[in-house]
Amino acid sequence: MIDEKILLTPGHTGCAGCGQALAARLVIDAAGKNTIVVNNTGCLEVFTTGYPYTSWRVPFIHSLFENAGAVASGVESALNYLGIKDNVNVIAQAGDGGFADIGLQAFSGLWERGHDILTICYDNEAYMNTGIQRSGTTPTGTNTTTTPVGKDSAGNLRWKKNLVDIALAHKCVYVATASIHLPIDLQNKVKKALKMKGPKFIHILAICPLGWSSNPAETIKVTEVAVRTGFWPLVEYENGVLTKVRKIKKDELLPIEEYFKLQKRFAHLLKEENKHVVEMWKEKVKENIEKYNLLED
Amino acid sequence: MKEFIEGAVAIARSVANCKPAVVSAYPITPQTHIVEELASLVANGKLKAEFVNVESEHSAASCVLGASATGVRVYSSTSSQGLLLMAEVLFNAAGMRLPVVMCCVNRAVSAPINIWNDQQDIVTLRDAGLILLFAETIQEACDLHVQAFKIAEDPNIMLPCIVNIDGYILSHGYEPVEIPPQDLVDKFLPPYNPPYKLDVNNPLTLGPLVGPEWYLETRYAIQETLNNDVKKKIVEVAEEFTKLFGRKSYGLFEEYKTEDAETVFVTMGSIAGLVKEVVDELRQQNQKVGLVRIISYRPFPNEIVKILLKTKRVIVLEKCISLGSKGPLFEDVVSSLYIEASNNGNKLPVVNNYICGLGGRDVYKEELIEVYKDKETIKFIGLKKENLGSFI
Repeated sequence: MIDEKILLTPGHTGCAGCGQALAARLVIDAAGKNTIVVNNTGCLEVFTTGYPYTSWRVPFIHSLFENAGAVASGVESALNYLGIKDNVNVIAQAGDGGFADIGLQAFSGLWERGHDILTICYDNEAYMNTGIQRSGTTPTGTNTTTTPVGKDSAGNLRWKKNLVDIALAHKCVYVATASIHLPIDLQNKVKKALKMKGPKFIHILAICPLGWSSNPAETIKVTEVAVRTGFWPLVEYENGVLTKVRKIKKDELLPIEEYFKLQKRFAHLLKEENKHVVEMWKEKVKENIEKYNLLED
Repeated sequence: MKEFIEGAVAIARSVANCKPAVVSAYPITPQTHIVEELASLVANGKLKAEFVNVESEHSAASCVLGASATGVRVYSSTSSQGLLLMAEVLFNAAGMRLPVVMCCVNRAVSAPINIWNDQQDIVTLRDAGLILLFAETIQEACDLHVQAFKIAEDPNIMLPCIVNIDGYILSHGYEPVEIPPQDLVDKFLPPYNPPYKLDVNNPLTLGPLVGPEWYLETRYAIQETLNNDVKKKIVEVAEEFTKLFGRKSYGLFEEYKTEDAETVFVTMGSIAGLVKEVVDELRQQNQKVGLVRIISYRPFPNEIVKILLKTKRVIVLEKCISLGSKGPLFEDVVSSLYIEASNNGNKLPVVNNYICGLGGRDVYKEELIEVYKDKETIKFIGLKKENLGSFI
């Protein structure tokens, strides 16, 4: 028997080392059983709900690729009508494709209307479920199947869409980033968000060993390095005010190349001809460090 | 008590008496008055519902889908491009067996952009697993809305139902209407009590990934439900409605002067009113002519072939076309007739197809009398040859 307290049970078909599977389990276990999950199409829905099985021990609904924001708005409205919203959490979640790209309009609507819903983006930085195509959150210089590295290409050349700023512009009451290498921090953020009434957003870096060509055994290490290089700043905003930043000790700050080295999707960046991309990244990391005042002695 | 009232407002008040819990819509002409009236009823405390102003029709349909999955009665309305934007969500609601009730105020599809009436929008969704009903009058639109909830929400059915009304002609037309009164609606329509819903005390997974080993049966189940349970229910509910409200409801289709008819018009929607006038006029000239008005387009009432097989000629009149083929209603009529005749050796009537009213082109009585005299197989009524120079 599986422990009754585990709300996203093992036995699903997620890949070895899947960051999203771990993140989703941390989220739902923190939210607890009085939670309804609304999920866009994507890896998570595919590997946890293959009929006639399901890994979810909470009510779960998947409708389409891009409508979780709207479906969740309907769920929340129905709970309001029934007068039971205060007893039930609603989580609307998606990958980066379903959140930042095709599903962004519906999430924007949800945030703007002020629904009492926690929205979560599990960002694995490309359309992994369909075969590693570029998304709006694919980092600069990434090798994907639709931004392949070649004689005339160093991979994706756009900067990552900034979901945190987009959520803040919608006046979400709580906005945070999280990482699976700090599970307690991640779960505390979920718990804090659910205590606040209104639209909330948590952006979680969800490593995909398949799409990133990283060692599945190093999933936690890769995410830790993402944070320690300044690639993935851990921040927390309450009512639009930056209230918490995960500091990096000056002597523990790693150069961005250390992050690239762990993943073959960035392998070409370490070659001489792509030095300019690494230089761009160094500037970007500096920007992150200054923007959030990431360093401490 | 009858009121002289605009169609959209009459529909909204009828829907309000059905007490939907969540209403969500995005404005699209000419549907907008329906949701404006519902919003006003909510704002004035006359309807206790959550009215969700979403940012697109895709989200309107998704919002009511989510609310329906949470176990409450839902309503939306749309038109034309809005319906097309909802298309994948409506396929989804049918597949998830969620009884979303909607009004589609039928109108032309772009391009060229044209906000006037025809029925091209909804026929594009004929294969989605939806129950599609067509009203002839504002009164019938009101009555069908009340019935739609009862049909869609039956635990053996659980499918979306769309009541279709002709844009402007019914949505903006005025007619003396009796809004189905609250006490009778309460008696007629039981509270929504779904066999499954999102409930933290009984967690279920809705909308799972279904592989080739299961998918086919899900489609078969919808087909069986539509052709058996829904058909039976439509007839049963119409009879019950007629008895309780004291006003005739016809069920799957209406027959008008078909008893001895040698020629029968088949059509759906408000144009049936004009066809009835034509039938009356031709009857005065001793012509044996009648009308079969389709109310339930999906499920399609194959039962009409019994009437049609007694005739010499069937005229299918429709405000839509499957471009590159024929009129969609014509195809349903012809295939139903052929199947019946080939099974039982009946002699088939001649079947003619007339496309009319596209993009709001007016249709006149004289034109339909001309159609009665004409024998062409497929023809556009009211085509202006002098306009074609710009497009061909």
